[in-house]
Amino acid sequence: MSFLELRNVSRSFGVGEAKVDALRGVDLSVEPGGFVAVMGPSGSGKSTLLTIAGSLEEPTRGEVLIDGVSLSRLSRNEKARLRRRTIGYVFQDFNLLAGLTAVENVCLPLELDGVSAKRARAIGMDALEELGLADRSNHYPDQLSGGERQRVSIARAVVGERRLVLADEPSGALDSVNGEAVMRMILSACKTGVAAVVVTHDAHLASWADRVVFLRDGCVVDQTTAPPSPESFLQPLSGLEDPSSGL
Amino acid sequence: MSIRHAILALLSTGPKYGLQLKQEFEATTGDVWPLNVGQVYTTLQRLERDGLVESDDPGSDSAHNSFLVTPSGEAELSRWLNTPPDLAAPPRDELVIKVLCALKVPGVDVTTVIQVHRRYLVELMQQWTRLKEDEADFDLSFALVVDAELFRLDSVARWLDAAESRLRRSSMEPRNESGAPLLRRRLVRWR
Ligand SMILES: Nc1ncnc2c1ncn2[C@@H]1O[C@H](COP(=O)(O)OP(=O)(O)OP(=O)(O)O)[C@@H](O)[C@H]1O
Ligand SMILES: [Mg+2]
Repeated sequence: MSFLELRNVSRSFGVGEAKVDALRGVDLSVEPGGFVAVMGPSGSGKSTLLTIAGSLEEPTRGEVLIDGVSLSRLSRNEKARLRRRTIGYVFQDFNLLAGLTAVENVCLPLELDGVSAKRARAIGMDALEELGLADRSNHYPDQLSGGERQRVSIARAVVGERRLVLADEPSGALDSVNGEAVMRMILSACKTGVAAVVVTHDAHLASWADRVVFLRDGCVVDQTTAPPSPESFLQPLSGLEDPSSGL
Repeated sequence: MSIRHAILALLSTGPKYGLQLKQEFEATTGDVWPLNVGQVYTTLQRLERDGLVESDDPGSDSAHNSFLVTPSGEAELSRWLNTPPDLAAPPRDELVIKVLCALKVPGVDVTTVIQVHRRYLVELMQQWTRLKEDEADFDLSFALVVDAELFRLDSVARWLDAAESRLRRSSMEPRNESGAPLLRRRLVRWR
């Protein structure tokens, strides 16, 4: 069964002349352990899709199910608990708390969820270390570079017993090596059964996902099928000689 | 890709046999570019003819000989390593030509054509990334080869993104009467 399911989800903003259909009848399901990337041009509805999947916003039409339960049937409190415990969210603008250090930002959701301060800190430190930030753990967000803040927010989204990670452009401010570290971290969460949806317009990063969904004008227009096997493109080198080499 | 120079590079650490060169070439390129042993022998014969390598037993069957690089072979290798390949002339890219042609064909939705190619590129990239996930931590050459391929495919995917947004914008703008883009008109006049 899918862990996350969007059924015919639409979302519009404004009315009349100013009405924008940000999503139109989107269906999407992600199995536990599934890793889906969503690609699409700016304004195609990627962030809207993610905020609705994360119960931060309501769809205008359609239904969102998490672990088989329709979000429309949950109370405010139940939704808040779901967001704190089950869903890890990486916002496009990182959303770190300015008064907390990097490691405190990472462990906050764990502590809110009843994990002891000491244990939460150890888990937080491990996650930061994996992203190469061990020596920045006691810095405040305004003492971190954009890419460092981004990695802190990813660490925060994957720690604990998350079952769904939703990340909006998680590598926008990162160079390719750090972008790769982030995707590896999400992938290793998926290997333990976490479902993940990552929004990106970078094909390099999207290629870490098992499935890539293409969004345009609020609709899913295409998605990848099983990729071709490596043997099909690893062929003996022949006819590729540089003519100037004298061969 | 020059097998000739790759062989000179492999010989720079000491004399080697043809079969050994084939195996080392494949290992150095992360096993991404299999090489047939016949190509290695042909290349060695030509390198010998040009005085860039020497065999320990000239005139006999190259399969049983070991080869070493000569001083002029070393000079050639150094020249090659430090000479940028010719990237100045744009290659005749088949994908670019397909998209340009699609613009001319009535009833063809260019955005759909672009998406077909984009999906194919992303699927290929997924495959390369999969290889990296399994092995790249252990083998530097392999990781470098895979990265090179991913960046190459990525640049094509980015070009498709740029083409799509350019199309979108141009469909919203009024056409200039001649139909020819301004920049191209200017370049034509320059010539
Ligand atoms: N609160 C809002 N009020 C009005 N329109 C909105 C609102 N939020 C989003 N939109 C519109 O909905 C569309 C989709 O926005 P969304 O933020 O989902 O795009 P996106 O794909 O995430 O783009 P980007 O790549 O630039 O982040 C856009 O046209 C946007 O202007
Ligand atoms: Mg967005």
